[in-house]
Amino acid sequence: MRGVCRRFEDVVALQDVSLEVFPGETVMLAGPSGCGKSTLLNLVAGLDRPDAGEILIDGAPIQGPGPDRSLVFQDGALFPWLSVRGNVEFGLKQARVPRRERSERAARALERVGLGGFEGHAIHELSGGMRQRVAIARALVMEPRVILMDESFSALDALTREDLYGVLQTLQAETGATILFVTHNVRESIVLGDRVVLMAPRPGRVQRTFEVDLPRPRHIDDVTVARAAQRVSNEMRGVPDPEEVVW
Amino acid sequence: MILVRRLVFFAALVAFWQLLAMRHIWDETLFPGPLAVGRTLWGLIADGTLPDAVAVSLRRVMLGYLVSLVIGVPLGILLARQKLADETLGSLVTGFQSLPSICWLPLALLWFGLNDRAILFVVVMGSMVSIAAAVRDGVHNLPPTYVRAARTMGTSGLRLTTDVLLPASLPALMTGAKLGWSYAWRALMSGELLFVSLGLGHMLMMGRELSDMSQVLSVMVVIVALGLLADNMVFGSLERLVRRRWGLGTA
Repeated sequence: MRGVCRRFEDVVALQDVSLEVFPGETVMLAGPSGCGKSTLLNLVAGLDRPDAGEILIDGAPIQGPGPDRSLVFQDGALFPWLSVRGNVEFGLKQARVPRRERSERAARALERVGLGGFEGHAIHELSGGMRQRVAIARALVMEPRVILMDESFSALDALTREDLYGVLQTLQAETGATILFVTHNVRESIVLGDRVVLMAPRPGRVQRTFEVDLPRPRHIDDVTVARAAQRVSNEMRGVPDPEEVVW
Repeated sequence: MILVRRLVFFAALVAFWQLLAMRHIWDETLFPGPLAVGRTLWGLIADGTLPDAVAVSLRRVMLGYLVSLVIGVPLGILLARQKLADETLGSLVTGFQSLPSICWLPLALLWFGLNDRAILFVVVMGSMVSIAAAVRDGVHNLPPTYVRAARTMGTSGLRLTTDVLLPASLPALMTGAKLGWSYAWRALMSGELLFVSLGLGHMLMMGRELSDMSQVLSVMVVIVALGLLADNMVFGSLERLVRRRWGLGTA
């Protein structure tokens, strides 16, 4: 998957943003609100179109939403009229995948997020963290080229969020999924990302890109994570970097 | 438990009514007691007048209601999804909502004559508009992420409507269907009362013309009973089903 330069004008939400995401990589889009990170994700999802520039996936320009890009929303956006299984199978059903393959793939995806055996449950019976797991399974089941995550963990409490950091890192290790993840939480971006793209507002643009070369699995309270997050935060606030360390 | 409380309440109400009637404060022909009304009611049932009237009224209302649903639900979805339709047709729907459906009767009589088609028209005009408006508001208030999520999973066009919009707005659809039913029923009663022969409304009017207060009250009791029945048996259970699925708790 290759993202290329584009500009999006309305209040110049994004100006001349170029970015490339490689297969198996997790790229975090971080930055304060109004920096255009969610706009960028919507463009990649195909829910919105750029005014200039182009976005390519495997060399082909994005025409609209497609099953090669799955989006995980902040609130999960699960369908309350369907069971857990129905939600996970929804995209496959739209793609007319036969019933048996559907249920096998759904079961596998739920297993991956630690929700094996919850197929028959109704959405309202699940906790916030479990719902977000279902949302991830719903994205995963499509076997997309890239999983797009829009503040997917922001509405969760701290403990649940840490659980999901674990789930996502296991996924990264086991499936080699490519992930483009929008967050305003700098620590989160360090825990999850191979690269952190720091964006700045007015006009929305890439301020700086950080390589995160810390061993996995990472934990939110790791000293190394905290130190790296500090550097990104300093850059964001325009504080000069005291130690030019390479990690 | 609810049933017991309800039965006790209605029994007390009837007892109070009987007591009032036995005091002979008002003329017995104008204020018959429950026993007299009960006797009349039984008589009307036994000689087949009342069952016939109920059958005629129910047939009319169901036909009108069905037509209203078939037109009203798609119309509501269209208004919610197409900005242009909402700006034009939508304001007409809102306008018609403020028009009591019985106001359509003179027009219907001129167009169709004094027959069932006229009453059907009045019922549909009353019911369809309220169904369309309720469905429009319901679909309008859906979380936009449902549609966005569905689109990223490859849904579009008609399947977006059948697989997402319709099931997602089911609670609103239920409200619309219930509202539409009561509007249809009211429109029918006023129509029958004024012009059209046969049916419960007509029987009410007959009671007036014969100065038979017992018959008037009997028919009114039947109308209320039918309303309660529809609400409890049909809409009540459907609504409970939807609420359970959505995890909204049981009201």
